[in-house]
Parts: sequence; structure tokens; C-alpha cells
Amino acid sequence: MPVNRIEVAMKGGRPDPAGVALCARLHEDLGVQVAEAWVIDVYTLLGGFTAEELEKVRADLFTDPIIQDSAVNKSMAAGYDCVIEVGFLPGVTDNVGRSAREGVQDTLGRTLAADEVMFKSTLYALRGVSKETAERIARKALANELIEQYVVKTAEEMATLDGQPLLALPIVTQRSEVAVHEINLEVDDDALLALSRDMMLALDLTEMKTVQAHYRDPKTQAERARRGLPVNPTDIEIEVIAQTWSEHCKHKIFSAVIDYTDENGETREIDGLFKSYVKATTEAVSKRVDWLVSVFEDNAGIIKFDENHNFALKAETHNSPSALDPYGGAMTGIVGVNRDVLGAGLGCQCIFNTDVFCFASPFYEGEIPARLLHPRRVLRGVHSGVRDGGNQSGIPDINGAIVFHERFLGKPLVFCGTGGLIPTTTAGRPSHEKAALPGDLIVMTGGRIGKDGIHGATFSSEELHEGSPATAVQIGDPITQKKMADFLLEARDLGLFTCITDDGAGGLSSSVGEMARASGGAEIHLDKAPLKYAGLAPWEIFLSEAQERMTLSVTPDKIDAFMDLARRREVEATVLGSFNDSGRLECWFEGKLAGSLDMNFLHEGLPRMRLQAKLNPSAPVSEIAVESEDITADLKGVLASLNVCSKESFVRMYDHEVLGQSVLKQFQGVANDGPGDAGVIRPVAGSKRGIAVSCGIAPKYADLDAYSMMACAIDEAVRNLIAVGARPGMIAGLDNFCWPDPVQSEKTPDGAHKLAQLVRACEALYDLCVAYDIPLISGKDSMKNDYKIGDTKISIPPTVLFTAAAVIEDVTRVATMDAKRAGDYVYIVGETSDELGGSEYAALRGLSGGTAPQVSPLGARAIYERLHKAITGGLVASCHDCSDGGLGVALAESAFAGGLGMDVDLADIGVESAVSALFSESQSRFVVTVNSGNILAFEAVLTGSPIQRVGIVTAEPVLRIECPGGVHVEAPIAELKAVWKAPLAW
Amino acid sequence: MPARAIILTGFGINCDNETQRALERAGAEARRVHLNDIAADPAMLDGYHILAIPGGFSFGDHVASGKILANRLRGKLGGPILKFVADRKLVIGICNGFQVMVKMGILPLFEGEFKQEVTLAWNDTCRFENRWIKLRKAPDTKCVWLKGMDTLEVPVRHGEGKFIVKDDAVMERLRANGQIALRYVKPDGSPANGEFPFNPNGAADDIAGICDPSGRIFGLMPHPEAFQDPTNHPNWTRMENMPAEGMGLQVFRNAVAYVQEELL
Repeated sequence: MPVNRIEVAMKGGRPDPAGVALCARLHEDLGVQVAEAWVIDVYTLLGGFTAEELEKVRADLFTDPIIQDSAVNKSMAAGYDCVIEVGFLPGVTDNVGRSAREGVQDTLGRTLAADEVMFKSTLYALRGVSKETAERIARKALANELIEQYVVKTAEEMATLDGQPLLALPIVTQRSEVAVHEINLEVDDDALLALSRDMMLALDLTEMKTVQAHYRDPKTQAERARRGLPVNPTDIEIEVIAQTWSEHCKHKIFSAVIDYTDENGETREIDGLFKSYVKATTEAVSKRVDWLVSVFEDNAGIIKFDENHNFALKAETHNSPSALDPYGGAMTGIVGVNRDVLGAGLGCQCIFNTDVFCFASPFYEGEIPARLLHPRRVLRGVHSGVRDGGNQSGIPDINGAIVFHERFLGKPLVFCGTGGLIPTTTAGRPSHEKAALPGDLIVMTGGRIGKDGIHGATFSSEELHEGSPATAVQIGDPITQKKMADFLLEARDLGLFTCITDDGAGGLSSSVGEMARASGGAEIHLDKAPLKYAGLAPWEIFLSEAQERMTLSVTPDKIDAFMDLARRREVEATVLGSFNDSGRLECWFEGKLAGSLDMNFLHEGLPRMRLQAKLNPSAPVSEIAVESEDITADLKGVLASLNVCSKESFVRMYDHEVLGQSVLKQFQGVANDGPGDAGVIRPVAGSKRGIAVSCGIAPKYADLDAYSMMACAIDEAVRNLIAVGARPGMIAGLDNFCWPDPVQSEKTPDGAHKLAQLVRACEALYDLCVAYDIPLISGKDSMKNDYKIGDTKISIPPTVLFTAAAVIEDVTRVATMDAKRAGDYVYIVGETSDELGGSEYAALRGLSGGTAPQVSPLGARAIYERLHKAITGGLVASCHDCSDGGLGVALAESAFAGGLGMDVDLADIGVESAVSALFSESQSRFVVTVNSGNILAFEAVLTGSPIQRVGIVTAEPVLRIECPGGVHVEAPIAELKAVWKAPLAW
Repeated sequence: MPARAIILTGFGINCDNETQRALERAGAEARRVHLNDIAADPAMLDGYHILAIPGGFSFGDHVASGKILANRLRGKLGGPILKFVADRKLVIGICNGFQVMVKMGILPLFEGEFKQEVTLAWNDTCRFENRWIKLRKAPDTKCVWLKGMDTLEVPVRHGEGKFIVKDDAVMERLRANGQIALRYVKPDGSPANGEFPFNPNGAADDIAGICDPSGRIFGLMPHPEAFQDPTNHPNWTRMENMPAEGMGLQVFRNAVAYVQEELL
């Protein structure tokens, strides 16, 4: 098949903004000075095209005649010293190539043959670099060798090539043997473990032996004999069991029986963390809130929004894939959680995204351990992936955070959340109820299946190690998904399907396996599944985690209408089999039974783990007592710390108001650059009802006290909601745990302590949520966030992202964080104590020890009730949550966002040192400004809670803070804002 | 009889819901229809007075923003769209819709046939950004969508919005015909003069939107449909007196009024 290549460059004389941006990035990230760079788009066309056709697509499709020049089979690069071409490896999703193919079909007015395909690559022409430097640029900045290939050529070398392709065609030639194999389980224990490791099953010995016992059971053997299956399991059966039983899917640690020893040596048995704490929280709270619709059962939690709509919420992590390929991993994370919400109930429309990332410092200068990427590159890649995934899907990003801690070098955390809305009834049915019934057809929609993401579920159930598979990485395809989402919402409203779920971890094996629980069985014909390329073994088809797919059940009488609509919307849909009540999940391939699993064994056969947890006694606490030499300089230092500083340059790149529902954005104040506390949207046109969403995350306190880490995360998320005007009792929560491996073993000698930390965090989760009346409506855990290669082991700090959302009764009553008018009074709401442990100030000064902040939930709840009344009563001009960095930061942010100064006296705030007054991170506090006409009413509403009127908003743009001990802060707000904006203004 | 509006959907268009809502609030009967359904029955366009090509990421902005959808529209609906225009009906393209329109050559439409004379290139910053900007109507514009308006605050949300003309002659012609519709200005209303972030992308002559010589076909990078409720404005909590509705709605009200006066 002939290969042709079209190169497209900016017209001579036109500036090349992509080239300019590349030079700036290379200078920033690698310290490399490139004199000039040009970025040239390359389209490689595989197919039988005539010269006229090539010329037509070159001119009419690939080239913008106003600004670009292009050529067929001739390089557009000129005036350079070196070129780098970067393209995908075989089998990696090439979204541009796929769209280009559609464009070629339109332009030529003919349908291309299946093997006529397009590939996108990029040619970087660089002036002023040696070949060695170009190699370094390619490796460190432009190509990720897990998914991409690259070549570097000098100008002399290019001259001899004369327009020839530089890269190999990324066509998948590696084929698995398309056959079903038996797996011999009649081996000794060591061999069983070796089998688990070699097949990437991530099952331990007890689990392997449980499987072995099942296949030895005479009843099983009789069933198998009757079906003509061998005594031993087939590969497809073993793979399905392993993925169904993976930590990722079964949450084995959260289900385990735990023998817990606390720090005083007292022991007790915990009957599962999920049951004892997470579920128990929701059960306790559900007696006091009346808006829960569906919790823990579906792909996302569902609550009531108004009489006619329900609201769904879900957050997921995508840590391991993001470590290997930050861009693709993170993009897959965001479009993946979108599918969770699209698959909640009978299909919710996604109305917002949230994103929270945890990285090591992008300014890290130490060694980067093998297989890891520099945190700066991880940050850029993850951000770009979430940006493209969200923007291209047309879903606004309305809230998030970027958190830094040195131990996230070992594994970055990428949390992606999505909210959705669904009418309470669709096509005459309650939209939160769904079930596949016997006789319903199994239909897969969306993308095709390739080897991408095989073993993703088991991979994320292990630490990152040398053998971590590149196939676990996928790149999302938001446009294929957007087309599918539009189609599915249309089909939903026509009542064309009875159940829907997404193909995420475990692919079809998981979606069909789960849906078949309702009907009682299923049979699937894997040879019918549409493939990206030939050469997939049946088990690979069943387990592939190729993206952009949903599985549905469709009744036979609706299938024609369903398939017809799919065709008209250009969405691929395929009938793969049917649901039944046989009690078995059966896979067929080319007319032969390839596997038959007992549903009961598959879903209930996993033995429960029993784990040991023992909390190490905490070292005697040395309080942080420190004096500041220059308190104003220290305030600037804290404002410029990575966890506090502005993230605007990243967040601006997210579309945060598509759908037109925005009420409160991430940036607030006179110049739209102050950090908002919570996002608020108004999802139903014509209604004043809204949804506020926020997050809390506090890994920095984890080493001091895991209970505090959890309590502070919850309190922060709740404070953020209260600050905009949410009402306690209307808040729903999501818990996303990310832990280092907490199972005691040779490679994790401190596992018992890490598990005990998990117990402590769960205790805090229960205590706080019950006190605040927050039902947990969904959640997730990711329990193996460690890196181990050779002697290097890095475990992340125990981390929980707490996402909180609340229905707001009237969005026109919400508050923002920016000071509004000179003459308004400044209040501190909440109590300040000496709590510098884990604080930003402690990190700035390199101080360890101290006490992590403690939350007093009952007092806090009273503050929240009263503040809610004051805000919705119109008594508050601005309200800002006080969190990372303490009061100094909150006051400065409120002032500079408002473009106003403040004159504040903290001498009597309740602590003796200026450092504690300004930088202690005591929880449940706010900085509030109140118009002079409202202060009596405000103080009356807050009666009974600790508040202090500490000063006044000034027209003079200077922040002055009197601190205990006669210490004094004085700085122009422009200076404070500048230092706060500078560190990450990339 | 109400003004009737058809809003294009499919292939990654994603501002169709709020565009429909804006037209409905302006008094039109508005329907979202998939491109393939219109292509299957192009005569359906005869039943409408306003065609809207909303914002979004058609085909992921791959190859170039709007390009693939532009080619598909021209191929499948070129004739019916020219007839729609010849019938003195209204067309609006917002953001990605504007990119589609200039690339299929329905703007600036000097000679009544599809021809690309201008483009929307990568922003000077080379990044997608979401920020609110201020616009001022060009004093001599013929754009019927902006009748009676002066300044407008709405968000931009694009990576490829830098307006560029083929040559000076095209710019001269746009000016002479009153086809320049909207320019980016500073908060005080003075010209942005290319200064970032007031002119968010480096557009020539601060141009944010243009129309055809009749003023009925209108394309713009900013999003008027994103400012329907006062609470959409980033600074609404600082306002002493909140307006009854967002400023963006007036654009759609003008279109509906035009239909009622001229076409019904």
C-alpha cells in the first residue's frame, strides 16, 4: 500500500506561535536555549490515492490557505540545524489521524477502504542546537517512549532523505495467537504464585488456592465436563476471575477483617472498614436527610436536586497510568469518570468536572528514579490531558486543586470528578432504576477494542515496578465519547435501553459481569466485538480497557430502533450476546465455548482477607515555637509557597463555563484573579436552585496524625461550601482514599502501621460526617501508591480527597471571597490555636514536629449553621475560607482580590506568638467582611460562636496586620498579589 | 407566528443547549438538530429563519479548528445554506461555529459564494484560555445582530481565535463594507490595540467578530450565549444593581426582532 506524506507549516514570514511557545518551554523546563523553532504538522496517508487526490486533500483539508504552506512528499522544514519527528507507536490511539481520515473521506467524496488510514506526527525544526541537544530535547520534553517513537536528524542527513518518511508506520503487526489456552493449576504453591506474577493476575496465594479448590470441586468438574470444557480453567476464566477479584474492583482492603491495635496497645476487631465506617456513616445520616436517591449501588452516587431532577456525583483516580504517560493517563481519567456519570442511573448528562492533582515540586532538582518522569513534566502532561479531555467533551471544570509534597515523586495522584443531572423520570420510568433482564441483548457502543489498557485493573492493584506494562496506558478520545454521549442521552429519552454501565477497569468482562448479576447470567460472543486491528486473543478482547465504550442491555423489540439511531449518529454499536438466568457467565468464540464461570463463585467466592493493623506510638510532640525575623517577608514566603500560590495559569486553560450555567467561578474579585472557595452552577434554566462543589485534601498532616489529615480534608471541603452560602444538612460527600500499600509484608515492613493510619482516617471520616450530617454517596480507594525499583522505595503520604457538594436553594444569595468596599469591617470567625504542625509556615522554615490541627466538629457545625444564615440573609459582603497558610494568607487574598487594603489587629486573636496568629492552620475559620450597616445583625446571628471584629477594609491598597508581641505586617497588596502569582505563572 | 431557529448539533459541538436556550428566551421557537438529520432532509431548512452553528470542539479541533466540519457542511449542505442566505435569513456562528464559517467561506462572503478570505489562527499565547473580555460594536457595522448595542462583556473560550486576513485588500473591503462587527476593547472602552489580555488572542485590528455585507450572517469568537443570567458575570457579587438579564441575550433578541420585522 503506497505511503504519502503531507507536511504543513506556517507561511514564510508568518510567526509560528507554537514554535515560540516551544522555545520558551524548553528554556523553562530543560534550560536549553533554542535560537528558533518551527512546529510542522505531518500527515502520513496510507492508501491508494492518485496525485490529484493528494493535491486536493493537501489544499482543501490540511492547509489553511491564509496562513499555511504545505507540500506532498517534500519537507517544509528550512533554515534549521536539526529536526525531531515524533509520532505514535503502533496501537496507540491517534485521534488526529482518525479525524483526518474522516476529513479525507469528506474531501474526496468517497469511502476509504478499511486499510486506508492516516497517521499524525509532528516535525520540530530547531535552529541553534546540536544533535546531542536535540536528542535530549526529544527524550526529555517531546516524546514519551512508552507511547511514542521519534527520530532526530541533522540538516545534512535530511538532505539525503529527500522527503522520505522518517518514522516507521505505526501499524500493529504483533499478533497474539487467537486461541484459548488451558491454565494448569495442578502445581505447587510456589508455581501458583509464579503463575499469578507471570500472568499479571495480582492474586495472592490464598486467592490462587481458592481458585484451585474451585476447579478441583467435583461439582465444578461435572459442570465443565457437561459443557465440554477441560478440567483446568481456560485463560479467559482465570483472567476474568483475577480482574473481578482485583483490589481495584473488589476493594479487598476496605472489606477485610482487621485486627487493630491502637497506640495504647488496646486491640479490637474491625468488621470491614467500608461497612464499619463508610457505609455506617451514610446509614446514620440517612435518618436525618431526605434527599438520598441511590448510594453505593451505581456508577455514581445519586441525590435529589429538585422535584424533577436528580444529581449524580463521582470522583475517580488515575494515578498509575498518569505516572507512566501523564497526558494520556490523565485524559483517560477525566473521560473515564465522565462515563461513570453517563452510566449512572439510565444515563446522566455530565454538567461539571473537578480535578485535584498531587505532585512533587516542579522545581525538584534531585535524581529522578528509573521509569519516573520529572514532576514538572508530569504536571504539564496531566494538566494538558485533563484540559483536553474536559474541554473537548464540552464539560466545564469548576473546582479543583494542585497539591505538592515531595513523596508524590513516587506516584502522582490524579483525581477527576464529575457531576451529572438527570430528569427524575425518563421515558416514563424512574431514571435511577435499571436492570438487565433475561432475554435482553448485550450491546456495546462507542470505540473499538485494541490491546490498550489490558490488565489496567490488576496493574493499578500493584506498586509501580519494572514490569509495569506499557499497554496499561491509553489515550482518551473525547470526540468519539462525545458523539456516543449525545447519542445515548437521545436513546435514553426514547426509552431504547433498560440498563447501562461503562466499560472501565476490566472492560467488557467487568461491565457484562456486573450487569449479569441482575439477570442472573449472560452469554457473550467475543468474535462479534469490533476490533481496532486483528490479532487479539479472546481473553484480550474480553479484558481490554480500550476507552470510550459503554455496555447496554436492550430488549429485542427496541434493538432495531436503537441500532438505527446509532447509525444515524455515526456511533458504532454491536450486539455481542444476551443476558439470561443461567447462573453463569459464558464466553463464546467462533462458535466454541471459551469459558464458563459460575456467577456465584465469581462474585462471592473471593475469600475475605484478615489484616493486622498496629498504630505506632506517636513520638512525644515538640511544639513548634519559633520567632520570625521579618514577619512581612515570611507572609510573602508563605504566599509564594507551592500549595498556596495562584494556579491561575493552569486553571484558565480549562473551559469553566461551557453549558452557560456558571454562577461562581474559580477566580473572583475586581480583577478576576482571587481564589474562589467553591464552584457554583445553576443547572436548570429558569430556576434559582444551584449546586455548589468543593474539595478538601490535606496529606501534609498525615505523618503527624492520619485522623487529623482526614478531619482537616473534610472540614476544608465543608468550609469551602459554607463560605459560599451552603447549608449544613444539604451537603453530600465523596471519599477518595489514596494510600501506600497497607498490607504488612517483606516489601512493606511498616504495613501494619499504614493500615492503622487507614483505620484512624476512617474513624475521622465517620466522626466528622456524622457530626456534619454528610452522607457519603460514593467513593473509591486506590491502595498501592508506592514506587519500588531496586533499592528505591517511595510511598506517598496517606491522602484522602474529600469532595463535597450541596444543593443551594437560591444562587443569587451566595457570597464570594473578595473584600468589597472600603469601610467594611473585617471579622475572624472561628478559634485560632497554636497549630503549626504540618503547616505551610513549618514547611517554609523547614520545621518538623508540632501538632496537626484538630477539628472540633460540634463547635464547627454551630459556626456553619450561623454563617449560612448570615450569608443567605445578605449580611456578609465577603467570606473566605481560612486554610493553607493560615490567617495571613486568607486576609491577604481577600484584600488583594478586592483591590483594597485592610487594617487588622490580631493581637488578641487567642495565641501568643505572631507566627501562630498569622500562620497557624487551625480549622473551621473564615475571614468575613461586613458592611458597617450590617454589623449588629451579623453579630447577633453569630451569637454563641467565636467571632472577633479585627479591623477594617481600607481604600489605601496596603495590608497592615498588628500581631501579638508588637510585631507588625505592612505590605502593598500589589506586592502580595505579585509574589502569590509568580511561582507557577507559566 | 414565532421566529424559528435551528441549532446544529453533533460531532463535538457542545454549546448547543445554551444557544437553544438563548434563542428561546429571546422569543424564538428553537430546535437542536443533528447535522446528519439535516443532511438527510435539507428541505427542513426552509422551515426556519435562523441557523446557529454553536461553539464546541467539532472533530476535536483536529487538523485545524472547524476545518473538518466546514468541509462536511459545505459538501453536504452547501447549496441549501446558500439558499438560506439568499432567502435573507439569519446565520450565526459562535466560537467553533465562527471558525467553521470562515473556513467554509460563508464569511465574509464578498461575492455570494463560498471562499476563504480570512482565518482564525492559534492565539499568540498558543494556549486555550477562558476569560471574560469587553467588546465594542464597530460604529459603522451593518450587523443586524448588534442593533442598538454598544459594549458587551462576555467570555472567550478558545485556543484558535486570532483573526487574520489574507491581505490588506480583504481588510479594506471588510472596513468599507461595514463588515467588521465587534472589536476587543479595554475595560474603559478604549481600543485594546492588540494588548493582552484585553485582546486575548492577537487578532488583527482587535477584531472579535465580522458579518457578511448584508449584516445578517454573523460570526464571533466570544460567547454571547454564555451571558444570559446576571449571575454568569464573574463580578456579579460586586454589582450594586444587578441587571435583569445578561447582556448576551440582546444579540439573540435582535435576531428575533429582525425576523419578526423583515421575514414574517
